[in-house]
Parts: sequence; structure tokens; C-alpha cells
Amino acid sequence: MTHAAATHHTSMGLDSRKMAFWAFIGSECLLFSSLISTYLVYKGRSVVGPSPHEILNIPFTSVSTFDLLMSSLMMVLALAAVQRGDMKWGKIWLFATALLGLVFLGGQVIEFTEFVHKGLTLQTNLFGCTFFVLTGTHGAHVTVGVLWLLTLWVRALQGKLGPGQALTVEITGLYWHFVDVVWIVIFTVVYLIQ
Amino acid sequence: MKRWITTTDHKRIGLLYFWTAFCFFLVGGLEALLIRLQLAQPNGHLVSAETYNQLFTMHGTTMVFLALMPLSASFFNYIVPLQIGARDVAFPRLNAFSYWVFLLGGLLLNASWLVGPLFHAPHWNVAPNGGWFGYANLTERQFSPGPNIDFWLLGLQILGISSLAAGFNFIVTILNMRAPGMKMLRVPAFSWMTLVTQFLVITAFPVITVGLVFLMFDRFFGTHFYVATAGATPLLWQHLFWLFGHPEVYILILPAMGIVSEVLPTFARKPLFGYTVVVFSGVLIGFMGWGVWSHHMFAVGLGPIADSVFAGTTMLIAVPTGVKIFNWIATLWGGDIRGSSALHFAVGFIAMFIIGGLSGVTHASPPADLQQTDTYYVVAHIHYVLFGGTVLGLFAGIYYWWPKMTGRLLSEPLGKWHFWLTFLGMNLAFFPMHLIGLLGMPRRIYTYTPELGVSALNLVSTVGAFLIAVAILVFLVNVLRTRTHGRPAPNDPWGGATLEWSIPSPPPVYNFSVIPTVTSRLPRWKTERHEPMRDPPAVAPVPIHVPPGSWWPLIAALGLPVLALAPLTHTLWLAFLGAAILLVGIYRWAFEPFEV
Repeated sequence: MTHAAATHHTSMGLDSRKMAFWAFIGSECLLFSSLISTYLVYKGRSVVGPSPHEILNIPFTSVSTFDLLMSSLMMVLALAAVQRGDMKWGKIWLFATALLGLVFLGGQVIEFTEFVHKGLTLQTNLFGCTFFVLTGTHGAHVTVGVLWLLTLWVRALQGKLGPGQALTVEITGLYWHFVDVVWIVIFTVVYLIQ
Repeated sequence: MKRWITTTDHKRIGLLYFWTAFCFFLVGGLEALLIRLQLAQPNGHLVSAETYNQLFTMHGTTMVFLALMPLSASFFNYIVPLQIGARDVAFPRLNAFSYWVFLLGGLLLNASWLVGPLFHAPHWNVAPNGGWFGYANLTERQFSPGPNIDFWLLGLQILGISSLAAGFNFIVTILNMRAPGMKMLRVPAFSWMTLVTQFLVITAFPVITVGLVFLMFDRFFGTHFYVATAGATPLLWQHLFWLFGHPEVYILILPAMGIVSEVLPTFARKPLFGYTVVVFSGVLIGFMGWGVWSHHMFAVGLGPIADSVFAGTTMLIAVPTGVKIFNWIATLWGGDIRGSSALHFAVGFIAMFIIGGLSGVTHASPPADLQQTDTYYVVAHIHYVLFGGTVLGLFAGIYYWWPKMTGRLLSEPLGKWHFWLTFLGMNLAFFPMHLIGLLGMPRRIYTYTPELGVSALNLVSTVGAFLIAVAILVFLVNVLRTRTHGRPAPNDPWGGATLEWSIPSPPPVYNFSVIPTVTSRLPRWKTERHEPMRDPPAVAPVPIHVPPGSWWPLIAALGLPVLALAPLTHTLWLAFLGAAILLVGIYRWAFEPFEV
């Protein structure tokens, strides 16, 4: 009965946890807007190199962007499977979502390491400061999402996640899609429009 | 004891918020008295310049984040669920988490007064010393090498988490937990202002969090977010801070406006004049509060276009505020007025807030503002709005809801002594500051010379500050006396119109024996179209299940100060420990068997 709240009557007809999550996402928008604005305000103001076009590897990051987009698709499939009570595929898709999230994080580790080898660290210049803090914050969000998805996956393996908990999966999905959308914005603003 | 530590009851959490915030209010007041003693005479030498910096920084930080916001939060907690006819908030354990994070963040900030030797400082006190606004690049490691600013930036990040969690909780509570029939335009004005405030909280706090994270990275990891030599601009901090800081001003005043909008109708026996207009003015203030931040930065030199735009928006935002003031006055007009202590404070709020509002409008003009910037004139203004406004409004709420929260009525004669001493004291303390500022005394400087010609005015101001202290003592005497001798409060000592007066004082743990159905904006009053509602029965007709308490919100909250200690003491394992505590707390919380 952990999720009995889902069945409670609410004034707006929207589940309370879901509404709280929408409010949270609204708040997160301001967080990422502040980070992205700072990146844009400081763009081109570094007094020493390296600059973005010497560092950023668009083909590589395009692949990890595609990977993250596909993870959103897996998430949609996971929710659909849980909602129709097909827990076999629910488990597979949940794990696939988490796995693609992990691949994205692995890509970020490789990318960061390569940048450091090329001479761009957190301390090098304003590009380094703003780039690493922005993408690092996003990466931290992906990490939280992966932990969350793996938790759901383990619960599903234990048989404790079923159609009755579809709302929990839906909220996880809201978070996951949001983190994905933020990445699309970051990829566009930081990588594509140099 | 355990019942209080593990409580998830919004009423208990409200009382915890109240007493914790009130203690911080006394600490902040003590800091103010020390500041006033130092400034009572020219060339004062009670405290050193360094200690003075810490005093004014901690006075501002404490009053804003540890006293006024959480005192408002205590009413959000206690009163909002009662006003909307709910049995608790939407997320009771998240609510407990908010409280514990607030308490621990406040303790961490204030620990900086005592732990100097641990940081090899020559004094006990290594409290934050960069002003409550913490302007970069003064706050960079190069110019502030000690742990002072670290305490500040870590403490504020922790407090931000508390406010954000409470923000999500109360938005959902007010939107989703209303009793049947309570449409949005039947929600009492105080709960409406709470809703607007929480929207400001969840949008403004992420912005300062980003500003603080940048500062933290600059100080601990050698980034250059505010370092001019690296091509950055310290103005980024000012923009991020005031983008948060101006909505924050409305976060502080809107709840008090809500309280006054409840107190005036009750004691004038008249519905709030233009309820809908008051509500929408509050919403409009919430929106416009986002478009005025650069009026804190006229002295920066942003250029004529930016200055003109922000001067315009600042003058505009006075309009919805003025609308509210006329509505309050019209509520009193022709009413059957009973001069209770609560009403005294509410009317005092209107008068003092008008003065503060008017001096605020004078800042809206950039040429005038340039004369006023960084002088005591600004100090006078903010104290008229935050003390004359918020504090008087909060005291109106305290006298109004005390019987509901404790079951006993505060003494009315002592309440009036409290009011008149406060009123006299605050005007003596803060009015001369207008003149002191216009005569040229800068703020945040630890002393002044007799040649400036402001010695007598400063002495008057100090006397006023001590009068306020006496008034607070009278209030505390009143509280202590009421505990033993106070008259027991009936359900509804004032004849209030809203749902909280339909249930016992203090309410049973489940609040409403039967959830009421609301058919009017003033459910307990007789109007032309509505008979007053019947109060819920004294005994619940069916047993009501009350959720048990939980340890996990407290445990999760404990992870945060441990995490903060890691950078403070440069100890990596503390970061892992803090993260582990937080993670365990959250997981146990999420999987706690919790019958609702």
C-alpha cells in the first residue's frame, strides 16, 4: 500500500506526486537556465585558450546524444510495458534505459578525460569553468536518474514493481525525459552553435 | 521527545518551525543590539571592525533566512492545511525533512561564531563577514581567505534545499488538498499568498543556488566565475543574487500581507474588500517581482536604457501593492472594529509599510538612488518594510492564531503594551536612519566621526532598538504568563470566517472529524446568499487513521551538514559519509512501510 496516495481524491484531479514533480521540473528549468545563461554570457570571454572549436568533438558527442535520445524511447517502452502489466518486458526496457544512461555517462567520462589531455581543465579558462560545471551538473542528474532506474529494476526483479506502481515509473520517466531535453538544449547551445 | 523528533504532523512541525525561528530571531536581534551599541556614539570601540562585519552580515542573513522566512513557514505549516480543510500537507515526511534541514543549516551557519580555534583563527568568531548579499569578488578566496564565507555559502545552499522542498510541498497542498467545494477563488487570502510565495521560492532559489555553486567552485576548486583577470565579471554574481534577491523580498512580505488580509476582516466584521483584486494583486506582484532586480544595481552603471527600464518596472510594481493597501483600508472603513492586539499589529503594518513603500519608490529613480546607495537611507527603507511590514504582520498572525495553535489566549493588555512599545521603538530606531543616510553616513562601516553631525540621531536610533528589545521581552512575559494563566481558547475566540475556527483549539491530530464541504468564500459567516456552515462534530463518527512518525527525514537531513563539513574542513571522507547518510535516509524513506 506504499502508493495508496495515488488513489486519493485530489482537488485538481492530478496525482499529488506527479504535480510535485512538475513543480520540481519547473524549478530545475531555472537551475539549468542560470547555468546555460552563464555559459552564453561568458562565451568568447576567455583570455587564454583552448577555445570550444579546438576542443569539442561533435561527431563523438552526437553519438552519445543519440544514445540518450534512444534511452528516452526505452523509457517510453518501459512505462507502456509496466502499464499493461507485462513485467518481463518492463524489466528489460527499464534495464535498457539505465544501460543507455550508463553509456552516456561513460561517454562523458571519456570526453572529459580527452579534454583534460588536450589542456582544458576546470581551472584553465572561463570556457573550462562554464563547460565543466554545466555539463557536470547535467551528468550528475543523469547519474541520479540511472540510480533511480536501477532501483526500479531491482524492485521489479524482486516482484515488488507491478502495474500498481505504474505511476512511479511514469514519474521516473518524467524526470528522465526532462534530463534528456536539457541535454538537447546543451548539445545545441554548447556544441552545435559555436 | 521521540514523538516530536519523528513527527510528520503539520501542526507539530509548525510549532517546531515557530520556536526554532523565534530563537534565531532573538539571536539576530542580539546582533542588532550590538551593532546599535557600537554606533550609539561616534568612534565607538565596543567591537572591532572585523567583528562588526560579522555582526551585520549575520544579522541580515539570520533575519532573512533563519527568522522571517521560517516564521512565515510556521504559519504555512500550521494554518494552511486548516484553512483549506485538509488533514495534513501533501507530503508530511517531506515537510519534516524541510524543518530538519532548516534547523541544521541554521546551526551550521551560527556555529561559525564559536569554532575559530578549529580553523587556527586568532578569535572564536569566524562568522560570515561579506554582507548578506555576499558581493563577489570580495568573497573570493584571495580577499576572504578564512572559513567565514565558506560557512555562509554552504549554510545558504542547505537552507535553499529546505525552502525548495517546502515550496513543492505547499504548492501541491494548496492546489490539490482543498476540501470539496473550495474553489481557488474560495481559498482564504493567506493561503493564496502562501501559494504565490511558494512559486517565487521554487523559481528564485535555483538561481541563487547556481550563484553559490559558482562561488563554491571559485573558492574550493580554483575556477574563475567571478575573477575579472580571467575575463569574468563579478557583476554576474550581482545579477544572479538579485534575480533571486528581489523575488526574495516578496517571499518575505507576501505572507505578512496574507496574514493582514485575514486579521482585518475578522476584527472589522466585514469581508475583505475586493478579495479577488487582493488575490490577483498578489499574483501580479509575484510576476512583476521578477522584473525589477537591477534596481539594486543602479550604482553599477548598467547604462541609461537598463536603468530606465528597471526604474519603470520598479515604479509599476508599487501599483498592485498600493491596490492592496487601499483594499485593506476599505476593509476597515465602516466596519464594526474591535481593537484587539492582532488588529493593532495589522493596522501598524499598513501604516509602517506605507512609509517603507514610499521610501522604496524614491529608490526607483536612478538619480535619487545614486545619492542613497550604500547609505543608512536604504537601511531605513528595508527596516520599514521588513520590520514595519513583515515583523508587524507576523506578530498580527501570532496574536490572531496563538489561541488556535496553543489552546490559550494571549493577554490582550500585555499585547497592547507589546504593540505600542514596538511601534514607538521601531520608529525611534529606524526613522532617524533616513536622515542619517541623507546626511551622508554610509552603511556597513563600523564607526563614524563626530564631525559628520549624526551622533545625536544615532543615539536616538540605539534607544529605539532597545525599546524594541523591551517590547520583545513583554511578548515573552506574555507567552510565559499565558502558559499558566492564559484563558483557555474556545474553537473560535474571534468570530473568524475561515475553516480553522470551526475545529477545537488546539485541533485534534486529524484536524477535521469530518472534512467540511465548502459552499462560500466565508464558510463560517452568514452572507446574503449563504447560511454559515455547521462546524464538524466534536467526536469523529468513524475512526481516522493517523500516519505514524518517521526517523528517515531527520536522518536524510543529517547527511547535508556532514556533506558541507567536507569542504569546510578539507576532509574527503566526510563527503562520502554525508552522501551515504543522505542516500540511506532517502532509500529507507522511500521504502518505509507507510500506511496512509
